[in-house]
Amino acid sequence: MLTVLVDGVAYGMLLFVLAVGLSVTLGLMNFVNLAHGAFAMVGGYVTVLLLNRAGVPFLLCLPAAFLASALLGAVLERTLYVHLYDRGHLDQVLFSIGLVFVAMAVADYFMGAQQQIIQLPAWLRERLTFGGVQISVYRLLVILLCAALAAGLQLTLTRSRFGARLRAAVDDPVVARGLGIRVGRIFSVTFAVGSGLAGLGGALGIDMLGLDPGFAVRFMIYFLVVVAVGGTESITGPFLASLLLGIADVAGKYWFPETGAFIIYAVMVAVLLVRPQGLFGRAGR
Amino acid sequence: MVGPQGTPRILDDRWRPAELALWLLPIAAYVVFPLRLPLLSEIMVIALFALSLDLLLGYAGIVSLGHAAFFGTGAYAAGLLAQAGWGEPVSGLLAGGAVAGVLGFATSFLVLRGSDLTRLMVTLGIAMMLFEAANKLAWLTGGADGLYGVTMWPLLGLFDFDIYGRTAFWYALAVLFLLFLAARRLVHAPFGLALRGIRQNRLRMAAIGAPAGRHLVVVYTIGAVYAGIAGALLAQTTQFVSLDVLGFQRSAEVLLVLVLGGVGRLYGALLGAAAFVVMHDILAGLTAQYWPFWLGLSFIALVLFARGGVLGLGEAVWARLRGLR
Repeated sequence: MLTVLVDGVAYGMLLFVLAVGLSVTLGLMNFVNLAHGAFAMVGGYVTVLLLNRAGVPFLLCLPAAFLASALLGAVLERTLYVHLYDRGHLDQVLFSIGLVFVAMAVADYFMGAQQQIIQLPAWLRERLTFGGVQISVYRLLVILLCAALAAGLQLTLTRSRFGARLRAAVDDPVVARGLGIRVGRIFSVTFAVGSGLAGLGGALGIDMLGLDPGFAVRFMIYFLVVVAVGGTESITGPFLASLLLGIADVAGKYWFPETGAFIIYAVMVAVLLVRPQGLFGRAGR
Repeated sequence: MVGPQGTPRILDDRWRPAELALWLLPIAAYVVFPLRLPLLSEIMVIALFALSLDLLLGYAGIVSLGHAAFFGTGAYAAGLLAQAGWGEPVSGLLAGGAVAGVLGFATSFLVLRGSDLTRLMVTLGIAMMLFEAANKLAWLTGGADGLYGVTMWPLLGLFDFDIYGRTAFWYALAVLFLLFLAARRLVHAPFGLALRGIRQNRLRMAAIGAPAGRHLVVVYTIGAVYAGIAGALLAQTTQFVSLDVLGFQRSAEVLLVLVLGGVGRLYGALLGAAAFVVMHDILAGLTAQYWPFWLGLSFIALVLFARGGVLGLGEAVWARLRGLR
């Protein structure tokens, strides 16, 4: 019971790190980026390459995954995404689906269609026991790291000057520009950080979520649920939504393995029936 | 009345010569490519599927990421019916459409509330849920191996489904043509006009007394029926149903087909289907594994360089030529 809860929390935290970038681009900037999972995939594959082929320590792979995805995000944002901010949702959907398929094929071409397996260092595979609950150091690390990231993001958004600028740029780009805020650059940085976090999540999650070319499509629905259920008010909404989703998914797969991914859709439908604007969100934009 | 690109449009549903000529193309193709009839039938199936999405997206403005849910439901309904021993094609087709229609009606209430984002999520979620279900219920659907043993009786009791696909070709063409006529009538009726109004400004339509919610439920159900019939047609003409009729790639491909041809024009669905199936045949023939790459690339290129698709390009060129005179 408690083990399921801990696993669910770790899984949910991971989902949060994966999806938080999307909750900013989609939720705040109102840009439908279905290719978010592709950036997570990049981070995952970078880690696999570094760890398995170059023998880089796991903990060093994580920042590398973040940087690789962030860099790719920044480049794509400047070259492609920037043309689509003013377009309708349909164009954004089509464009990002296109990116997903390209990413799938590229991953397949270079890395093969099989599941990637990584060998975590021995100290991460150890198990600790707290009051009868077993937890692996790996899951503990995931939980702590993600919680720290969540707190850091919340502080950055609400307390820092950058956060204030971002919120201003989102609320009213014209006025923000008039006040001398470089809206384009702020969006670029935000997009890059969001992509980087997805890459970090992808790297952290290889052992729990798996990694193969279908990753971006398989998790697309999870990310959308996190954003739609969590709303866009703050970081807290997506955070709680991720936890809820993670626990529900792990519990469902643990107790009713034959139903597979059904629990998650049931949760989604139930939430939407009660609150179409999301659990923690303001009325639809 | 102003169309999506700002061109004035009136409710003129007279047949133009170009339209009639277009419907002669498949017959010409039948004569020229007698050995590629299954491919031609596939074009009609995909065209019908894209037509159903055009009703939702092009006219009512509903973006769906999971339209394959209805296509697959129709395919499995017709396939299972035939497998169970009732191989009469026309009733099987109607059954596929009916089952998909019920599903569409039931889910429309979920889909139509909330914003674009929730619609994306719900349509995607419903399709993935059905995919999971079909995958897990292997005793019924054959799971990942696909549904075998779909045997069809002769069409109208007269024409056997032959190995060259001649009957299948005429059958698919007839179904597509009849349903196209109905859709054409529908979008030129006041109902179609009301849908366009809702797409452009739902609040205002509601303010002038149009029952926007009810219209959307109706068109969503009709779209589901059309998609279900398309799926059933695929199951009957290929006599096989594979799991990918419900897959995400199917939903994405139909979006591409429609955007390739041109959204909100009905004929866009037909032209897009022809272009798409031929493209798929050539590129997947080269390397089947990397088809997603070309698929994705065409999405990106279309959005960045050719909004409006083939028909949109055609219109732009035509407008420029007329400007020169």
